[in-house]
This record gives sequence, structure tokens and C-alpha cells, in this order.
Amino acid sequence: MRNSALTFGLIVCVLLVGSLTGAGAAELVKYTVKDGAIAQSLTGKKGNPAKGRKAAIHRKKGNCLACHKMPVPEQLFHGNVGPDLAKVGERYSEGELRLRLVNSKAINEDTTMPAFYRTAGLHRVMKQWKGKTILSASEVEDIVAYLVTLR
Amino acid sequence: MTYKSAAAYVVGGLVALGMLASASAPMAEGYENMVGDKKSGYHYSTPATQSIQDDDFNNPSFLWVDQGEQLWSKVDGKAGKSCATCHDAAAKSMKGVGATYPKIDAKSGKLINIEQRINSCRKNNMQAKPWKWESNQLLGMTAFVKLQSRGMPVNVSIDGAAKPYYEKGKNFYNQRRGMLDMSCSGCHVENAGKMVRADLLSNGFSNGFPTYRLKWQKLGSLHRRFRGCNKNIRAQPYKAGSDEYTALELFVTHRSNGLKVESPSVRR
Repeated sequence: MRNSALTFGLIVCVLLVGSLTGAGAAELVKYTVKDGAIAQSLTGKKGNPAKGRKAAIHRKKGNCLACHKMPVPEQLFHGNVGPDLAKVGERYSEGELRLRLVNSKAINEDTTMPAFYRTAGLHRVMKQWKGKTILSASEVEDIVAYLVTLR
Repeated sequence: MTYKSAAAYVVGGLVALGMLASASAPMAEGYENMVGDKKSGYHYSTPATQSIQDDDFNNPSFLWVDQGEQLWSKVDGKAGKSCATCHDAAAKSMKGVGATYPKIDAKSGKLINIEQRINSCRKNNMQAKPWKWESNQLLGMTAFVKLQSRGMPVNVSIDGAAKPYYEKGKNFYNQRRGMLDMSCSGCHVENAGKMVRADLLSNGFSNGFPTYRLKWQKLGSLHRRFRGCNKNIRAQPYKAGSDEYTALELFVTHRSNGLKVESPSVRR
């Protein structure tokens, strides 16, 4: 009895620690790519566009401004490696935007753009980032929800 | 104040206004370092940054160069020698040397860069302790030696025993790595000239190293720059002085062949 209570306690601890290690440390959500898009939300819910805007700007999250010009006038110095995102919500569907964020190399394997929700097939990832994704599934959904509003 | 000196003031002021902080050193004004479609990192710098490099009296790298120059004739180690004991005046003996490294070390058969050449000399010929990577002494001596080749074209060889190192460096350069899954070429070849936020991506030439980076507030080696780049893309960096980075240095420096040595340069 005592033993099983201890075991139970240990498992709870492990689960807690697991959930604290952050963004992508957990098992990746499985998704289906069809016709250049991921139709289903990674979380099963709609993202929050306001949070998505913040995560898109955040230098340790989306850091989209590094390479893209965006309708974010309060931030100076937008990159121009990638296309302007001003009307990106008109150019692509929600599902197409989701795939571009999750793994844009599925569309163009030569693109410079990182895959924001992927852990496999990477070379010499820094120890503290191993097995993690740049964005969590809910951050992906928030940013997708924000990009859809760019019209 | 005489009439003459007052006039000089006025003229001087007008000239200064017209040219805005143009310096008087040999590299200043209209300095150009381009060969074919290769453009030195100098041309990717802002005029403000360029002007710091243009004048040796403004260029903070020369604090390290001065230290290197002093160390050149300082006896160190059990053999009781200084660099000057064997090499005499650096202005003569080191002229052109910095433009040809990394190269194969005849004794060990291994590829070495200038830093490693200096330390091998200290160890084997002076019987002195090698300097630590990124120490003021090693940076200063490297900058002092490379300065003796300033203005000469970079000219590294990738023939013979150097070839496998070159291939290794080339693979490194083109290999995507890190959480951001990027390669050197992805930024510095395919997207050179574009902006990453406020940073203009250069073509990634090495002809100005060691360089005084404003961000570092210090002179720094090319291998330090490699480490920084690797960390930016969340890739596990190698050690400064590692075989991987020396091979990469060979590839990058061979890409820079023909550009003038600019060491010690100033960059953002």
C-alpha cells in the first residue's frame, strides 16, 4: 500500500517536471498534411490572435520580424529575407499558413525559414533545445489566428 | 589669432562640414575593397562604422596591435627567445604571411591558422606557454602579424594536403544545423545584402579578422564569430581552435581570395 502510494507520488512528480520543461518538450501533436495545408488545429481549438501577434514579434518565439516586413508599426527594423506579410491572410488559407509555420520545408525544401514545430531531422541542435520545438502547439495556433487577420 | 590661422579654421570647418567626419588615414575616403562580385564586409558597414576603421587612431583594434608589437620583441619561455630573435623586424618578415593562412604546417602535416602558428612557435621554438584562445596576447599578436599584410590580396591555397580540409570546410558551410536549421550559405550566399532586422547580411568574407566588433567592445577572432553564428541558430558550437572551425576558416578564407587584407577591421 505504502509502496504504491510512493510510486504514485513519483509519477506525479515526473509528470509535473515534464510539463515544466516548456514549449516543445512534450510529444509532438500528430497532424496530417493534405494539398499543401494542415486543415486541423494542432490543439483542436482556435488560437488567440492578440497573443499570436505578441508571439510573432517575440525574439525568442516567432521572431518573424527578423526576416519579414509586417504591419507592426511600433517595431523598428523589419527584415526582408522573406516576403512581406501584410496581406498574407488573403494569399493563403488558414491550413496553408499552419503548414508554413509548422514546417515550411514541406512546401519548399530550399527555404531558409525554420520549421517552428518540428524536432526530427535536425543537425547539432544545442543541448538545451534538443527534442524541443521553437513554438508550442498553442503558440502555433495563436500565430496562425493572427496571420489570418492580415488582410 | 592671425588672419592666416583664422582662415584655416574657416576653410577647415567648411571642409569638415562638406565631408562629415572624413578621416585622414590611408584607408579613408573612397576606400574600396571589391574584386569581381566579392565585396568586403567593409561595404556592408554603415558610414559611421567605416569611419572608425578608416583612421588607425580611432580604430580600437590598435590597442591590441600595440600590445602585439610589444610582445614581438619580449623574451619569453625556456629557450630565452622572443619572436624577434628569429624573425627580426615583423614589417619585413611577416609581410604577406597573414594573407596565406590557414595553411598546412610542414612539420605536423595539419592545417593551422595564424593563431595556431603563433602558439606552435611559442611551444616548440620558444618553449613558452601557448596563449589562451581569445586572450589579449593571442589576439594582439594575431592582429599585429596580419596587419603586416594589410592591403595585400588574401591568397590561401587549397592544393595538396589542404584539399581535404577545404572539402570538410565546404561541407560545414553548406550543412544546415541547429534548431533553426540554417547553413552559413543560406544567409551569407543566398541572402547576402538582405536585412535581418537591423542587420545587413554580409557576404561573409574573413579578410578583416581579427575584427573589433562594436557589439563585443573587443577585438575578436573569426572562430569566436563562428561560435556566435552557431549559437544564434541554436546549433551546438565547436571550440575555438577546433579542427572543424579551422577547416571552415580555410573554406571561408579561400572564398575571400583576392580581397585585400583589412585586419584589424571594425564591424558592427
